[in-house]
Amino acid sequence: MIRSDVLKALIPVISDHFTVCNIGLPSQEMHMMDDQPTNFYMLGTMGLSSSIGLGLALAQKQKVISIDGDGSVLTNFGTLPTIANNVADNFILLIIDNGSYGSTGDQPTYAGQKTSLAAVASACGCENVVECQAEDAVETMKAALASDKMTIIVCKCESGNIPVPVITMDPVVIRDRFMTEMAKRNA
Amino acid sequence: MSVDDKIVQDFVNNKVELVTTVPCKQLAGVIDKIDACKDIYHIPSNKEDEGMGICAGAFMGGKRSAIIMQNTAIGVTVNTLATLTQYYRMPLPMLISYRGELGEPVACQVEMAVHTKAILAQLNIPTYHFHHEDDVAELDKILQYTFMCNKPVAILTDASFWKGY
Ligand SMILES: [Mg+2]
Repeated sequence: MIRSDVLKALIPVISDHFTVCNIGLPSQEMHMMDDQPTNFYMLGTMGLSSSIGLGLALAQKQKVISIDGDGSVLTNFGTLPTIANNVADNFILLIIDNGSYGSTGDQPTYAGQKTSLAAVASACGCENVVECQAEDAVETMKAALASDKMTIIVCKCESGNIPVPVITMDPVVIRDRFMTEMAKRNA
Repeated sequence: MSVDDKIVQDFVNNKVELVTTVPCKQLAGVIDKIDACKDIYHIPSNKEDEGMGICAGAFMGGKRSAIIMQNTAIGVTVNTLATLTQYYRMPLPMLISYRGELGEPVACQVEMAVHTKAILAQLNIPTYHFHHEDDVAELDKILQYTFMCNKPVAILTDASFWKGY
C-alpha cells in the first residue's frame, strides 16, 4: 500500500474529524477523495502540520488529526518534545512514513533508513506511540480515537504516488470554511 | 507597574490565551511572567516557525495567541510568515527582542539587527519599535490593531527599552 491507499482506507474512520493535511500530495489526495469543511489543507509551509494540529487541539475540544509525513516530521523535529510536554488528549498525530519525500519525487528520507520516528517520538517523551503497517492503519486509528488519549501513529507504507490535481481553493476560503465548521461543532 | 507586568496585562486584556516563546536574555523577565499568568497557556517552542504553526492552530480553534522571540528568528520564519500567517490571513502579535542595537555587547547580534527591519518591510509586516520604556503604552492599541486586521505585526523591543539586557 502507498500513502493514497492508506488515506483511502482511513477516510471512513477520520472523515467526521478535523484533519490538518500536510503540504503537497497528502492535502491534494484528501482534497480529491474527501473534500469537506473539516479538512484544513496546507498549501505551503513544510513541516508544520503537527504544530498547527497541536495548537488546534489545545485551543478547543474537538478531536484533531494531523496527517503528517516522515519527511515533514524530520523537517520539524522540535515538534515532538513540544507535543510530548503539552498533552492534548484530543490530538492524534498520524505520520504516514513511506521512507521518502513523496511530494518532491520520492527521494529517500532517513526515516526509511536507520532512523525510527516511533523511537524518536518515545525518546521525546510521547506516551502513546504506535507503529503499524499500512494494512493495520484503520484498526490503529480506530483504537487511537476510542482511547481519548493523545496518540502518535507511525504508519509504515510503500513510497509511490498517484496523479492528483493541485488545490486551487483560496487559502482564506479553506481557513474560513474550516473555522466555521469548528465553531459550529464547539457551539 | 513594571514593563513585564504591563505586557502581560495587555495580552490578557486583549484576550490572548496562548503564548509561545523562544527565549532571549532580554525577554527572560516577561517570559517568567507569562509562565506565571493563570489566564495564559504558555507553550515554549523549540523553533520559532514551530511556534507560529501552534499559533495558527490556536487561532483556528478560536483562541487568540502571540509569539515572543528574538529578532534573529525573523531570518528563520520568513517562509512561515509568508505562506501560513499571511497567506491564510491570520493575526499574530510578535513581541520581539531587538538585539544588536545600542548597548549590545555581542557583535554577532548586529549582523541580524541590520537586516531585521528590512526583512519586515519586505514582508509588508506592520512594525513598531519600542525604544523608551514609555513606548509600552502603545502595546494595547497594537494588539487591538493586530486582531482587527488579521496580520502578523512586529513589536521590536531594544536594549534601551529593557534598560540593558
Ligand atoms: Mg514521506
